Amino acid sequence: MEEDQKENNGQRRKGISRRGFIQLVGAGAIATTLGDVSKSSPVEAAEAAEKGEMVHVSLQVNGRRHRFKVESRWTLLDVLREKLGLTGPKLGCGRGECGACTVLIDGQPRYACLTLALEAEGKAILTVEGLLRDDELGPVQKAFWDNDAMQCGYCTPGQIMAAEGMLRVNPNPSLDEIRKGMSGNLCRCGSYAHIFKAVEQAAKLKQTV
Amino acid sequence: MSQQNPPFYSDEQTVPETPDPGSAPKSWSRTSMVGRRQPRVDGYELVSGKAVFPSDISLPGMLYGSVLRSPHPNAIVKNLDTRAAEQMPGVRAILTGKNPEANIVWSYPGDVKSMLFESHCRFEGEAIAAVAAENSYQAGDALRAIKVEFEVLPATVDELKALQAGAPRIHDGGNRTKPPESYQRGEVSRGFTQADVILEHTYRTECEIHTPLERHGCVAKWNRDRLTVWQSTQGVYRIQSQVSSILGMPLSKVRIIGQYMGGGFGSKLQADKETIIAALLAKKTGRPVKLFMSREETFIAAGNRPPTNMRLKAGVKKDGTLTALDFTCVATGGAYPAGGTSGVDWQIKDLYQCPNVRTELSDVYTNACPSRPFRAPGHPQGSWALEQMMDALAEEIGMDPVALRLKNIPAVSQARSGNPPYTSTGLRQCLIEGAKSFGWREARRAIASSDKDRNWRKGVGVASGTWVAGAGGPPSTIIVKLFPDGSVNLNMGASDIGTGTRTVMALVVSEELGVRPDLIDIDNADTATTQYATPSGGSKTVPTESPAVRAAAIHVKQQLLAMAAEELKEKAASLTMKGGTILSLNDPSKKIKVTDVAGLKKQGIIVGIGYRNPNPANRATNPFAAQFCEVEVNIKTGEVRILRFLSANDSGRVMSRLTYDSQVIGGITMGIGFAMMEARILDRNQTGKIVSGNWHDYKIPTAMDVPADIVSVPIDLPDNEANTTGAKGLGEPVTIPTAAVIANAIYNATGIRLASTPVSPVMLRRALAAKAKETSQKDELK
Ligand code: FES
Ligand code: FES
Repeated sequence: MEEDQKENNGQRRKGISRRGFIQLVGAGAIATTLGDVSKSSPVEAAEAAEKGEMVHVSLQVNGRRHRFKVESRWTLLDVLREKLGLTGPKLGCGRGECGACTVLIDGQPRYACLTLALEAEGKAILTVEGLLRDDELGPVQKAFWDNDAMQCGYCTPGQIMAAEGMLRVNPNPSLDEIRKGMSGNLCRCGSYAHIFKAVEQAAKLKQTV
Repeated sequence: MSQQNPPFYSDEQTVPETPDPGSAPKSWSRTSMVGRRQPRVDGYELVSGKAVFPSDISLPGMLYGSVLRSPHPNAIVKNLDTRAAEQMPGVRAILTGKNPEANIVWSYPGDVKSMLFESHCRFEGEAIAAVAAENSYQAGDALRAIKVEFEVLPATVDELKALQAGAPRIHDGGNRTKPPESYQRGEVSRGFTQADVILEHTYRTECEIHTPLERHGCVAKWNRDRLTVWQSTQGVYRIQSQVSSILGMPLSKVRIIGQYMGGGFGSKLQADKETIIAALLAKKTGRPVKLFMSREETFIAAGNRPPTNMRLKAGVKKDGTLTALDFTCVATGGAYPAGGTSGVDWQIKDLYQCPNVRTELSDVYTNACPSRPFRAPGHPQGSWALEQMMDALAEEIGMDPVALRLKNIPAVSQARSGNPPYTSTGLRQCLIEGAKSFGWREARRAIASSDKDRNWRKGVGVASGTWVAGAGGPPSTIIVKLFPDGSVNLNMGASDIGTGTRTVMALVVSEELGVRPDLIDIDNADTATTQYATPSGGSKTVPTESPAVRAAAIHVKQQLLAMAAEELKEKAASLTMKGGTILSLNDPSKKIKVTDVAGLKKQGIIVGIGYRNPNPANRATNPFAAQFCEVEVNIKTGEVRILRFLSANDSGRVMSRLTYDSQVIGGITMGIGFAMMEARILDRNQTGKIVSGNWHDYKIPTAMDVPADIVSVPIDLPDNEANTTGAKGLGEPVTIPTAAVIANAIYNATGIRLASTPVSPVMLRRALAAKAKETSQKDELK
């Protein structure tokens, strides 16, 4: 820790050490972040800035481009919620355990709390709000409502995005596949049995639209 | 257009008879709306992401608060140095016990007191200081920069050790929160002499943590001397009264808003320290402050279900008559009085007919987070003991476990003084109907004759339960408004904590007025704009609020019909409503649309006010449940698969079938967690710190852990003596017997009785191995 600070303070270099970066984003994020992106550049992008230093990030959210100025350590989730003012992606744990923050990034369900905003640059980000056509609900949303696949509703946007992502690659999932596809999303109210039904119905609805 | 019914009304529905002002409404003999499979009236908001939860609130200029907590379970703060933190970028305020405004006494039941920022931290997670900064990252940086010097004291986190001589004292008076609490009826020693079979077992349940998906917290904002708090809570009025008394403010100046909330399960019934801290930080900075716990904080500072150590001795006659129950329990509500043993013995005292019962409860202090009510406080714990015991007794006397329970169904509440009769009890129907729908007999037979050489063995289990509350009662005030275009607004103080309260109440209004439930606009859980309600907890929201909602809707109808009566020159008593038209029962030519009633147009609005009537005297009103499940256990690996579940519930009238079923599956899912995986693990021999303080190390059920086959069998018995809608509570009874049902099914599959939760494969494998050894030794002796 001290060593890093010395390094940062002493050199004022344009960027931070890999270790410093890890400290900034927190240990919980390392596995996923580094695991997923070691082949691409986001880590380097994050290294372009020091803690406290603002960077520009441009994100394509629900089909629209937005520019933000944030610290490099900001997560995508915080930018979506606190900067863009979206209420769909939720913060349940901030450490990749609950899936309340699930959004689609280039069509894949991802935990926005474990994704740095910088990492998402240049990719298509879809939140639950993006499933609406004007005020009309999308098929997964409709199916969740019809089957009462929610109670308090706090996990619901994340569950819906996980289902949406799964159905895009597997339009006809078996019950087992539904369980696996939804297993990254916790529901403390315990709505899973209704969620299974909702996903089954959503699969059918999607095929008719 | 004017020929058509107003679009707000369902065409076919004739509303129920309108009672004269001042007289009680008749109970509904049939309903058109109440009990329907109505999709949640707020479902659109929830699935679209548009529902704004308190943690979604974002205000201009808002700061982010965060609380520094004790990392030690027992330590004294010797020195607190905030100087470096104050200099950090973005930091706008730091609050410690040294700030005069934060010098606030924090009270626990039994007049035990601590401070808002306590210098003697008696549990890991106790608040020490707080910061407000421009964003949550900077708030976190600042917390880490606060230097604290602790004197670390030995900690006692094991409730059994806390009672041993020489254990470190948690409070000056010792480690008991109060003298052991005892209850007695009859004489257990006599009861045991009458028994043909006596069994005695010990049981343990682990500490369970609520962890609702939305974290605990609020956004606080001042407008000169007026405080507004958006709080994730089960009851805005409870928070209002606490905040106003702690901060010494008039109730009228404290506004609490909590329309949506992401789960509480009992942990959000009270104002947290965080509520007060957020208000103080907002005052100090002159800016709104958002303060939500981190997920990790919710594991150490937001309550839990106390762990219990129980012993139960039971006597039964050969014919199944229970003769005596003798129960003791040592439990801990943590470092302050928090009801460590509350409710634990209720099943033992009240569920079955038994003349001789003794219970003794010891609530012990430990250096751990104070408990909070958790979905049926104490009940699943007591059920874990009693319902496994019933299963064992049944086997011992060669009786079917369902039959043993049926044999001992009480007609009166034996644990209450004067033994009041229940206004209704459907326990018998729960057992009979449940067993029938489940295929209990067939399943038992199939298992008895199944191949014992397979590794995967099936088993079925049953357990029943009752919930000590669930009657609801006054006070509640509800307002229903009718506008001249025929549209309706319902105004209610109660929170919808995910149980479908809004939907239930919309169905009640719809039943009485004929308005389509999805078009009723609902304002709720805001102390400035909605009326007084007690918090949503104890499975009492529906039986409390629905009669008041019904009364308010009837009050609207009475005023509307009186206006129409004048215009139609007809007696109000002869008028009814159908599809938004008021018509005479005597003369079909006399009718008028709601939207044409001149009186309503002139007045601009009809306001109906409803109150909750008192409950009947000398009666007990409780919900009952019986659950069944089938499991499959791998006798080599100890893995358990829960194949299917069924819950038969007597919760009075079924008010809203879809949300009713959601409660059932939710309660079972939570019970599966309690039985199979949830345990707060404290490093009991060394540091006393939590080692399962997140959702990675503390497992809750996921989509992989629950059966898709969960059947809800409502015993639809309107309790018309209890209140004017006939509803009783549901949310808690659905989780009371669940863990014991699983234990009994595992026994049926393996012959292993389970002493403790959670039932891990490791624990089961050990028990299976021990049993195999025992059997082979016996075989050798033969
Ligand atoms: S908030 Fe992202 S996984 Fe929990
Ligand atoms: S609906 Fe409450 S957590 Fe899923």
